[in-house]
Amino acid sequence: MTDDDARDIIRTVIGEVAPEADLATVGPDETLQEALDLDSIDFLNFVTGLHERTGLEIPERDYPELSTVEGCVRYLTASVH
Amino acid sequence: MPSLGADMDAGKVAQWLVKPGDRVKRGDIVAVVETEKSTIEVEIFEAGVIEELLVPEGDLVPVGTVLAHIGAPEGTPGPTVDSPSGPVPALRASGPGVPAPASTAVPRHEGGGVVVSPVVRHLAERLGVDVHAIEGSGPGGAITRTDVERAAARPSVARPGPADADRRAAVQPRRPSPPPARSGGPSLTGVRSSPLARRIASELGVDIGDVEGSGPRGAVVEDDVRHAVAPDRSATAPTGREAELQTPKRPVPSAKAPSASGVDERQLAMRKAIGALMARSKREIPHYYLSTTIDMSRAVTWLERANAERPVTARLVAPALLLKATARAVAAVPEMNGFMVDDDFEPSTDVHVGVAVSLRTGGVIAPAIHHADRLSVDELMAALRDLVNRTRQGVLRSSEMSDPTITVTNLGDLGVDAVFGVIYPPQVALVGFGRVAPRPWAADGMVGARPCVTATLSGDHRASDGHRGGRFLATIDQLLQQPEEL
Repeated sequence: MTDDDARDIIRTVIGEVAPEADLATVGPDETLQEALDLDSIDFLNFVTGLHERTGLEIPERDYPELSTVEGCVRYLTASVH
Repeated sequence: MPSLGADMDAGKVAQWLVKPGDRVKRGDIVAVVETEKSTIEVEIFEAGVIEELLVPEGDLVPVGTVLAHIGAPEGTPGPTVDSPSGPVPALRASGPGVPAPASTAVPRHEGGGVVVSPVVRHLAERLGVDVHAIEGSGPGGAITRTDVERAAARPSVARPGPADADRRAAVQPRRPSPPPARSGGPSLTGVRSSPLARRIASELGVDIGDVEGSGPRGAVVEDDVRHAVAPDRSATAPTGREAELQTPKRPVPSAKAPSASGVDERQLAMRKAIGALMARSKREIPHYYLSTTIDMSRAVTWLERANAERPVTARLVAPALLLKATARAVAAVPEMNGFMVDDDFEPSTDVHVGVAVSLRTGGVIAPAIHHADRLSVDELMAALRDLVNRTRQGVLRSSEMSDPTITVTNLGDLGVDAVFGVIYPPQVALVGFGRVAPRPWAADGMVGARPCVTATLSGDHRASDGHRGGRFLATIDQLLQQPEEL
């Protein structure tokens, strides 16, 4: 998976989880949950969306790696081949 | 028009999902109603056959207005209506099968031919207004809240001599006659759209970003989405039954042009509704506040273990445990669960926990998870996820809006330590949870770091006192120490 693929997936899933949120306003190293005002249910929906598109199990202990957009991109590109 | 929360005075019938002749059973969703806060699916509480729809789609009517007549299930003919377009016959209002959630308002025919909903009657009693002395402006001459408030402002009907300021407050309708709610809604990267439009777009597989909006400031409304799919079919609103069958969720007739700034006005209306209700709560409810810090190490450890074995889709979050503990603690301290009705506390045997859900566009809605005390943690988690998602999408059911018996607000995700909430009338308690975070904790003579949460209680002194409130929070604490038993 390329960086662009990963970004597309992230954008799509955020669009589903928080349609009101604008990912373009979030800096690469800003915390997604804070920047987009996601609560724990939203974040779980986000992880579920990533799982549905990539098949990754994404255990809870990996959640910290998904806190920023760049973190998500790194995680997805490293895990999906 | 059911009362979908104490802050609702009126609602707009956005869609009928049934038509005359349709057979319905309890729990069926028969209509979609829009309020300032949300789009709500109205459930029916009786079985029977729809005889007549009395309020056309697109009409804004006060709470208590009869929306439809339902006949007996097995073909027993109901009373006939000679002039369907005329005023609602008052006697029919309490006829069989009117969709009436237990606590809500269907106008009742009273001795002197006065049509007044229970909610409005309570208001009238509180303001000292004789409902027989005023003329109703609602359908069928029904007396509305505004009628009562106007009457209260007139010295001849109300208590004498209200101060000018009071008079103004009483005369002022709770809400300026709002613009059609259909145009309201948040913006998605520049696309303004109503919740209904978004849902329909999603159902029809339409990218809402591609739809040209005809609403205020280019907002995409339901009709736009339908036009985008089937321009010819939606060009004229179907009226006949055949047309209805083709498009069961037919467009709201666009007779009313949305006002120029509908989007902002809907948010403004929601803010006003929340403000009015909270002001009423603070004015009427003698709140007391308690807080306690709860050691969450067992609960957090249990959650981590449970989630480690679960696929993403079945994972739990801490709020599910907090909700379950709260719902079960009610059994130990029933004074926290129920309603104030005319200064008397009426405990509820059912535990319907309202969950405060914040909307990203501003505002908060607290719909209920029914029988939360009886659900397993997994069931509660699924219900919570579903409820939060539907609240944010603006699709709630009438019973969820009308009957929470206690409310929980969880602002932990925003990072606050504690929240002291305002009770949602007519409820008598609101439980708040801050964030679950590591804190210094003394145990066995040692100080260590443990995950903790601050639980708070806002209680109504008319229903309980601080001693019982303290017992309630202590019970929540005890329950959270045995998460596997929740």
